[in-house]
Amino acid sequence: MFEGLPILSIITFFPLVGALALIVVAKASGQKGRAQIDSNAPRVALLISSFVFLLALIMTFDFDSAQAGFQFMEDVPWLGGGIEYRVGVDGISVLFVLLTAFLTPLCILASDVAIKERKLEYMVAFLILETLMIGVFVALDLVLFYLFFEAVLLPMFIIIGVWGGKNRIYASYKFFLYTLLGSVLMLAAIFWIYYYSGQQFGAPTTDMRILIADLKIPAGAQTWLWLAFFASFAVKMPMWPAHTWLPDAHVQAPTAGSVILAGILLKLGGYGFLRFSLPLFPNASVSLAPIIFWMSVIAIIYTSLVAYRQKDMKKLIAYSSVAHMGFVTMGIFAFNTQGIQGGIFQMLSHGIISGALFFCVGVIYDRMHTREIAFYGGLVTKMPVYAGLFLLFTMANVGLPGTSGFVGEILTMVGAYQVSPWIAFGAAFGMILSAVYALYLYRAVIFGEVVNEKLNDIQDVTGRELFILGILAVFTIVLGVYPSLITDVTSASVENLITQFNSDIASASAAAKGAH
Amino acid sequence: MLYLIIVFAPLLGAAISGLTGTRFGGQKLGEKPSMIITTGLLFLSGILSWVALFKVGIGHEAAQVNVLRWMDVGDMKANWAFKIDTLTAVMLVVVNSVSALVHLYSWGYMSDDKFKPRFFAYLSLFTFAMLMLVTSDNFIQLFFGWEGVGLASYLLIGYYYKKPSANAAAIKAFVTNRVGDVGLALGVMTIFLVFGSVHFDTVFAALEQNSERTLSFLGGEYNAMELIAALLFIGAMGKSAQFVLHVWLPDAMEGPTPVSALIHAATMVTAGVFLVCRVHPIFELAPAVSGFITAIGAFTAFFAATVALVQNDIKRVIAYSTCSQLGYMFFAAGVGAYNAAMFHLFTHAFFKALLFLCAGSVIHALHHEQDMRKMGGIWRKVPWTYGAMIIGTLAITGIGIPGTQIGFAGFFSKDAIIEAAYSAGIGGSNAGAFAFWVGIIAALMTSFYSWRLIFMTFHGTYRGDKHTFDHAHESPWTMRAPLILLSIGAVIAGAAFYSRFMSNAGDFWHGALPVESHGEGHHAALPAGNLYAMAETTASDAHHADEHHGGLFGWLFNKVHGYPFWVLLMPLLVSVSGGIVAWFMYIRQGAEKHIAAIENTGGGPLYNFLLNKWYIDELYEVTVVRATRFFGDIFWKIGDVKIIDGLGPNGVAAFVAGFGKRLSKLQSGYVFHYAFAMLLGVSVLILVAFRGFGG
Repeated sequence: MFEGLPILSIITFFPLVGALALIVVAKASGQKGRAQIDSNAPRVALLISSFVFLLALIMTFDFDSAQAGFQFMEDVPWLGGGIEYRVGVDGISVLFVLLTAFLTPLCILASDVAIKERKLEYMVAFLILETLMIGVFVALDLVLFYLFFEAVLLPMFIIIGVWGGKNRIYASYKFFLYTLLGSVLMLAAIFWIYYYSGQQFGAPTTDMRILIADLKIPAGAQTWLWLAFFASFAVKMPMWPAHTWLPDAHVQAPTAGSVILAGILLKLGGYGFLRFSLPLFPNASVSLAPIIFWMSVIAIIYTSLVAYRQKDMKKLIAYSSVAHMGFVTMGIFAFNTQGIQGGIFQMLSHGIISGALFFCVGVIYDRMHTREIAFYGGLVTKMPVYAGLFLLFTMANVGLPGTSGFVGEILTMVGAYQVSPWIAFGAAFGMILSAVYALYLYRAVIFGEVVNEKLNDIQDVTGRELFILGILAVFTIVLGVYPSLITDVTSASVENLITQFNSDIASASAAAKGAH
Repeated sequence: MLYLIIVFAPLLGAAISGLTGTRFGGQKLGEKPSMIITTGLLFLSGILSWVALFKVGIGHEAAQVNVLRWMDVGDMKANWAFKIDTLTAVMLVVVNSVSALVHLYSWGYMSDDKFKPRFFAYLSLFTFAMLMLVTSDNFIQLFFGWEGVGLASYLLIGYYYKKPSANAAAIKAFVTNRVGDVGLALGVMTIFLVFGSVHFDTVFAALEQNSERTLSFLGGEYNAMELIAALLFIGAMGKSAQFVLHVWLPDAMEGPTPVSALIHAATMVTAGVFLVCRVHPIFELAPAVSGFITAIGAFTAFFAATVALVQNDIKRVIAYSTCSQLGYMFFAAGVGAYNAAMFHLFTHAFFKALLFLCAGSVIHALHHEQDMRKMGGIWRKVPWTYGAMIIGTLAITGIGIPGTQIGFAGFFSKDAIIEAAYSAGIGGSNAGAFAFWVGIIAALMTSFYSWRLIFMTFHGTYRGDKHTFDHAHESPWTMRAPLILLSIGAVIAGAAFYSRFMSNAGDFWHGALPVESHGEGHHAALPAGNLYAMAETTASDAHHADEHHGGLFGWLFNKVHGYPFWVLLMPLLVSVSGGIVAWFMYIRQGAEKHIAAIENTGGGPLYNFLLNKWYIDELYEVTVVRATRFFGDIFWKIGDVKIIDGLGPNGVAAFVAGFGKRLSKLQSGYVFHYAFAMLLGVSVLILVAFRGFGG
């Protein structure tokens, strides 16, 4: 359908172009038109991002899920020296592009009301953010990937820093410090790979297709490289103990910022593991998998317990996100079909569910300007529709079968169990704790008598909020009842990844034997 | 199509009522239409379920229905699909019959409630989840139903959401069940690991070649079948409120009484028994775990009965009674008498639902009074309820004439269980012998607390306030009709189905459950590992003909149906004794005397031990609950804040000299400039470096 059309580049850069156009128009109209610009910017941004979503949707339908390789490839000369502009998607990345394009318009829709100041700048930041996020998932050149991967933090940083809460500086600073360390190490590793590819192939390249398929890195070097990439991905994930930036960032971020943070940015780490760590450093992945396993299980249990003790709604959900990401890393490093498919599913599903939960917090935050759990109570009498939707997302977060939350959890646990029953046992223990903290939150906010007089006049969800939460609710259930919508798309690429991975391991161990 | 209607009609009702009738749905549909639609659809399902039972149980038309593809990831394949055999058909009848009657009953019971569409939507939703559980053809859909009923139970226990105690009970139920669910989930994972499938028939077909496999799990080496059976049973313990995980069931009485009857007596709590029966081929190969089930079941039967002896809340007495009766079902399953377990499940559904609905009728009549100390002498006011409750009590205490086909429902099923345990005990199973004697003792207590309930509630003189008594009234026909129908079930369900459930007559089970066949002396349908079968085989040489002993008490040892006559007589004897003791204490001496005595003396240590449910809730409070909070706080305030942040970001910050000054600059917004500068710098660095390398 898109022969000759650089569809991925259009999807990626359309929001950026739109953002630039917005700036130009705003500059042209000057200070006098400011009010009008502020009121129109959200609509324009919504239009742009909806169009991008439409394109992404068509692209996904056009995607041939039977094929394991990259599709919609574009390979254009860029910096030279083996570094070119290369984009493409396979079964692993295509749905993340769609998820990004899906969540962004919803965020913009929600922000139109929630954001009161500098709407234009906010919308511009959001559109740039969308370009960068999609860029991460489509980039097939190491350098291009790195640029997107790091640049994505800037608009997020700005969104938290400018439109965030009281403690936004501390949160941004923490966020910044963690990511900085990871980035520097990953950059060094990228240099090394570039240099090494030159040695192996004669001419250096950063083409990920070639690197994944043919680059043979010695086992010793693999470990160091793996750790360098790990430093970056573990922070993004975030994995315990590099998780403490997340609750602060969430608390300070505006609602839509939290949604994107939980929905997309947390997935960059998991995507990175799948795209780089497993294919490029298979031996190191195998030997270091136990560490990942234990970190995952500790994350699940530790952060679930911490979540239970939180007094702030957003912090609670943020900690719960860390626990849910533990399932992802556990699944990916099981190196089997159920584990990896489950990990991807869990990421996509968590993108929807946690996004929805942050929207839910946003709904009452917009009305009462507090996220303190103790402030609320008895909302069901005032907001029955809200209570119903919140219940659905709470249950999805708990992993109730029939919702998408269940599929990811059970698949990752099945995958991990085949490798280590201890790990699956620990993760399963997290199932209990998730019920503990999620029901605690729901009870405290929704049930009971309305004690706080300030809640007497609180209104139920508006049409706009109902639309946003309703769409997310539909997907939560549809994906829970018919998860093949996702697993069929990811299947071929994941199988290919595993086959390649196993043969790399086998040939490495054969070579090791031959050497003796 | 038949099965699609049976299963999805309740879902349709729940959806219509929930999405249009409730406040969530904007109350577009009125109260009455919501009630008519949900109840009507449930009656449709209920009637069709009986059709299904006749088709499958008598016509042997087992069915397999594929609805929709579900999970399909590598070998992990599970569809939305139904496996309909006699076991499922029996459950369909139990679930839909009781559910339909409870829907109808709720018209009267909930007449003052302001949120009826929500209530009926929850009831129907529950029914749907339960149906998905019992019809599943794989472990994953079973898990869906398993947790689905847990959700519905949570919502219904917490139905009165303004009551803190109801909310606490709802969460307790959900979380305790989750503990069991983790066992079940791990069991399913182990099954997938061993068999590479989660489909019932595929798993059962591959049992033989895997029966000797061992697995390492949490530091030990176990036989695969024993491990799977143990993990699945943990799930069953949670859902069926067996000892250790029983704590949620009594608190679940916070829900409206129809809910207690449907979910916490007749259907959901029996899901654990159903699970063990459904996967009995695995339990057959796990003798150690089967022995454990027998012991836990027997102990629960005993434990719960002791607590029921002294409770004053009418619903709590029946709740502990349920817990105890579930124990009976489990020890039957543990000794391999799965059909006896299912038989008791079947009859128990009728008489326990009946008892609960009668209790509801009393509560309704007395303006939501549940304390039996404030009741008494109201039988003239509520004669229908009184009559029905007498029938329910005769059924639960197992009144009938030994050696004949005359008796109330519980007479047949409970005695079948006790006989099964006796056989297992004779065959050398210590757990079986334990279960037999405990079963007898628990039957004595069952009879006592059941009659105590009747006498304290309906007889003697009224002890509450006069106003309530004057306004006490018999319930409307919507409540009475279910009582009458369930009474009929409580009378005849045992006699009518005894031969089908318990013998090969008509080939009722058709392979769905093993059946031992008395009088024929062989157990073709029972695998060798079955404790029940082994016992029967050792004893069966003597079983062929009924024996005759001489002497004064020789008749006690005459064999009837292959059992010494005293074994058949014992349950009846203890039942009658229990009733007589209760009569003596609460009629002859009078309830007032005992109530006053306890108020004066405080009741003594044993009484308080029982009244406080063996202090198990308190034990959990000081251990599990506090530990959860403690570790949550430790991890948060020390792990995250002190250690990770202290050594990490904050530590780094403190390390940098003159940080304070910098921070003030950061706060003035320069941080973004720094960020931009850094990224720009890094980009330039990359370009330069790459140019250098690449030439």
